[in-house]
Amino acid sequence: MLNAIGLNTPDDLFASIPVDLQLRYHLKTPAALSELELLARFNEMARRNAGAERTSFLGGGAYSHYGPTIVDHIISRSEFFTAYTPYQPEISQGTLQAIFEFQTLVCQLTGMEVANASMYDGSTALAEAVLMAERVTRRSKVIAASSVHPQYLEVVRTYVQHAGIEMQLADFDKESGQIDNNLSDRIDEKTAAIVVQSPNFFGCIEDLAALSALAHSRGALLIVGITEAISLGLLKSPGACDTDIVVAEGQSLGVPLSFGGPYVGLFAVREKHARQMPGRLVGEAYDKQGRRGFVLTLATREQHIRREKATSNICTNEGLIALAATVYMETMGRQGLQEVAKQCAQKAAYAARCIQELPGFSIRFKGPRFNEFVVRGPANASQLLRKLAQEKRIDAGIALSRFYPNCENDFLVCVTEVNTRDQIDALVNGLSNA
Amino acid sequence: MKSDITKVSTHISPNEQLIFERSQTGRIGYRLPPLDVEEIPIDDIVPPQFQRDDDLVGMPEVSEVDVIRHFIRMSTWNYSIDLGMYPLGSCTMKYNSRLNETVARIAGFSDLHPLSEEKDAQGALQVIYELQECLAEITGLPGVSLQPAAGAHGEMTGIMMIRAYLDRRDSEGSTSKRRNMLIPDSAHGTNPASAHLSGFSVKTIRSTSEGLTDLDHLRELCSHGDVAGLMLTNPNTLGLFESNIKEICQVVHEAGGLVYMDGANMNALVGIARPGDMGVDVIHLNLHKTFSTPHGGGGPGSGPVCCTSELEAFLPKPLVIKSGDEFKLDSDRPHSIGRVKAFYGNYGMMLRALSYVLTHGYDGLREATEAAVLNARYIAHGLVSDFEKPFDGAPMHEVVFTDKRQSRKGVHTLDIAKRLIDYGFHPMTIYFPLIVQGAMLIEPTESVGRQELDQFVASMRSIAHEAVENPELVLNAPHSTRIGRLDEAGAARKPVLRWKPKAKAAD
Repeated sequence: MLNAIGLNTPDDLFASIPVDLQLRYHLKTPAALSELELLARFNEMARRNAGAERTSFLGGGAYSHYGPTIVDHIISRSEFFTAYTPYQPEISQGTLQAIFEFQTLVCQLTGMEVANASMYDGSTALAEAVLMAERVTRRSKVIAASSVHPQYLEVVRTYVQHAGIEMQLADFDKESGQIDNNLSDRIDEKTAAIVVQSPNFFGCIEDLAALSALAHSRGALLIVGITEAISLGLLKSPGACDTDIVVAEGQSLGVPLSFGGPYVGLFAVREKHARQMPGRLVGEAYDKQGRRGFVLTLATREQHIRREKATSNICTNEGLIALAATVYMETMGRQGLQEVAKQCAQKAAYAARCIQELPGFSIRFKGPRFNEFVVRGPANASQLLRKLAQEKRIDAGIALSRFYPNCENDFLVCVTEVNTRDQIDALVNGLSNA
Repeated sequence: MKSDITKVSTHISPNEQLIFERSQTGRIGYRLPPLDVEEIPIDDIVPPQFQRDDDLVGMPEVSEVDVIRHFIRMSTWNYSIDLGMYPLGSCTMKYNSRLNETVARIAGFSDLHPLSEEKDAQGALQVIYELQECLAEITGLPGVSLQPAAGAHGEMTGIMMIRAYLDRRDSEGSTSKRRNMLIPDSAHGTNPASAHLSGFSVKTIRSTSEGLTDLDHLRELCSHGDVAGLMLTNPNTLGLFESNIKEICQVVHEAGGLVYMDGANMNALVGIARPGDMGVDVIHLNLHKTFSTPHGGGGPGSGPVCCTSELEAFLPKPLVIKSGDEFKLDSDRPHSIGRVKAFYGNYGMMLRALSYVLTHGYDGLREATEAAVLNARYIAHGLVSDFEKPFDGAPMHEVVFTDKRQSRKGVHTLDIAKRLIDYGFHPMTIYFPLIVQGAMLIEPTESVGRQELDQFVASMRSIAHEAVENPELVLNAPHSTRIGRLDEAGAARKPVLRWKPKAKAAD
């Protein structure tokens, strides 16, 4: 082939690179491994992840749920996972129709009118929601509950640092765990949005209807973030509470934990704000014969057309993970989504009932909960959790001191449908003997 | 009555409704174990005013086999890398190894919770650390963060690092006057959008008639003392290596700015030349391009950032470090721009990318680059007689042509792209870069052999002949797909962005 194009050696291919910039040695990366060697090496590393093998009650933004086996089979189809962004609709209808269904499912689950084709994850979706609120209201202050996932708040802070947006934190009520009642005094004519998470990082459900009424009375938006999407099978949808922007982490919808990613961000708004949305959108379209198909649409918001005036710099979505969430929601369906949510709530309630019976233990917040709750123990939570991990092979929760000072004895417990009664009883036993 | 009959499937291009249109009340496709704890009234757990009252009406009710058939039928409407060459310029559609998929699904990784204690995730952190080391060596830039979730996310991260560095260097925290980011007119749209997100104004640099950065224009833009940096793709989006790269970097550095490289085109350089040696300060890589992680119909991507030691302090936190034999998450980084994503990035993509690097080895990485460039050069050679090649320079891993000759007959780039579908290929990137009228940007990657390249060249040449002999054939393409060209303008005018239940007809 070299000869066919008039060259002699592979080096001739790189003649446009100045000689002093060409590497004169081999890269100091490892030598090639065969399949057998490679699998042995990764398996060996995987064995050093003790956390993957324990009975787990870890939540805090990433959740263990049952995912029907067909989810992975479908996303492993070459036609889905080795396709590109569907810029050529005639040969991308599979991807496009799946996204259209995803958008519909997200709307139905959140109670909203328009959803995009997905964001990187819940945390970046929240940051984009804050930027969007500034565009919609042309106001420059947001008030975020300090009970929003602490890492999400960090991401928002990074995104807004050069956007001329000030983020203030609103305290949580020490009794209920919900956002503090005195919030009202802090909202003024500069406030673009109130940002809450529900259920919040402590597992407590916020009163979204009251919050949206408060926000709207001052011309601000309500942004609701959700880390546990399964909660929507039971809880009133943010849309039904008159929320303006809903973002959620979609990991719970059939996506493996995979040490934090790839996950998928859900992003849904009111129809009147659709053109201010970031990210990709798929819409219905027809060909000359009147056959229905789907295309990427409203692209004039996006960076490849609008460059620096775009609503966001986002280019990829999380297509394959959005597909996984789509397959999950369709397989579980109307009934399954409600049953999973119900089981999570019942099992978490059972675990909380048992734990608060133990001497020295209490449930820290009184607010209503879904499947997570904060336990206040008799001693340092980190040490207690370590002991349970080592002696009982149970990851009993997340020490709150990792994120909040002065919470040494508190830890966050999450119970889902995958936790059996035996596991919950073992947790309770372990705590009582710790 | 006959006209009401809908074929289930033609076995070639099956019909398939939306899942909502297939839904049958009461049908289910899942089974959970029965609840094994005492059930208490749900109102005692969640007060009624916080509960859903819509019974999730509208959510589909289908069986497992309904779901399988639904998606398998839809999948047959997609083109994919596994079907054939996917020559999208700038997108690097290379083969996605199944071995990498297996690695990402090892339970010890896929079942690992991101808030597991460091001690319980040593293997996972080791993967991150080793990939960081490999990417540092490949780019010649020692500081690495794998946190950004995509290329554009990496751009934003890198540009925020430049801003943090300049703010600290120039005025110790007070507002710096350097607020202009220079970007060539050939750049990806994400570049200006990312610069804007970091609070910079965008100044556009012209390209020369050879398709390279105009050094004189660069010097002029750099002469006002307000330049924060330059965002450059190299090889650029015309597929040409910026031979003056050292001088370009020098001009920017002397003006007090930093150089950001968009690493979208690293598939032309791995094992051959390193951005760090060229004078680049910070770069993002696309694991979903150069390192073969699947594109997944639009994502997930992964956009690691690599930087000089001067910029290392500003990388996102936490950073994975090695201390003795232990891997740790370092969050004590006071100058960091902050966190850009919850947890540590698109971890599953890191597993696949490390698997790619390890299966190729240092020699295989270089060979892949050679093959990628050779393939593009071969296409350039094969098409130059029939299509206008706007720049004479020898292309690297991708080559740009235009529709200049065909447009005389009214056949444009879009038509050529659509006709290519009838020949069994996915079209090339079209109308990008924006500075080339009627651009067709072709990137074959290393994952095609000579036979397929010959077929591609023959197809393109055949289309060039059709454009003269039978332009209508090309203008109405594609002819072989399930659906024809869709009315995109109509779709944007009255957007229908979701399915809605039909209002019940009155009985």
